[in-house]
Amino acid sequence: MVNVLLFAQFQEAAGRETVEIEAAGQSVAHVKSVLKENYNLQDLDQAMTSINEEYVDMDTILNDGDTVAFIPPVSGG
Amino acid sequence: MSNFQITEKFISIEDVVHKVIRPEAGAINTFIGTVRELTDGKRTLYLTYEAYASMAEKMMARIGTEIEEKWPDAKVAITHRVGRLEISDVAVVLAVSTPHRADAYEASRYAIERIKQMVPIWKKEHWDTGEEWIGNQQGTKAYALGSKTKEDLHG
Repeated sequence: MVNVLLFAQFQEAAGRETVEIEAAGQSVAHVKSVLKENYNLQDLDQAMTSINEEYVDMDTILNDGDTVAFIPPVSGG
Repeated sequence: MSNFQITEKFISIEDVVHKVIRPEAGAINTFIGTVRELTDGKRTLYLTYEAYASMAEKMMARIGTEIEEKWPDAKVAITHRVGRLEISDVAVVLAVSTPHRADAYEASRYAIERIKQMVPIWKKEHWDTGEEWIGNQQGTKAYALGSKTKEDLHG
């Protein structure tokens, strides 16, 4: 299982903070398409992605137990 | 007490500055980000900040490391607040100490620009007319994947 974290507008659109997905061995891109399909998250293409708190590319492969986060455009400061 | 913190509480400027005071330093530069009322003619009522706190602290620490690589004698501390902030509240305080002032000025500018590029913190504007999550880092488009290289992200 892979734990997906949603923040800001993604959290609001999906109506939840986390999603558990069976995605070990799959790419980040796969997880993104699952979320788009099932959770009304059409803006995910604007996001960056992290696995276990490090930014990664879309083709990175997930391991069981990984935490993936979709990071909307940031606006701290 | 870590030099890189996300907090839900009021930020003491003094506390952040104290983290970088040391005998080797002859200069400390601070940057303080506050909540602005008017943006492009729109009146903000208040802001909500949200963070991926653990990753945000890790990325702020990375900015500290980047600064120490670029300015070897620099020391950095950053605290960013989350939750509801009113007009003029302090959202972020960063302090950089260096032996000589030029480096402190440059490094503090570098720190806030990097925060706006890659630290997972989000700001929601609340107006009379509605509310919206803002993604205003340099070139929001840069966050479309593929246009930012790993080098950009990892410094």
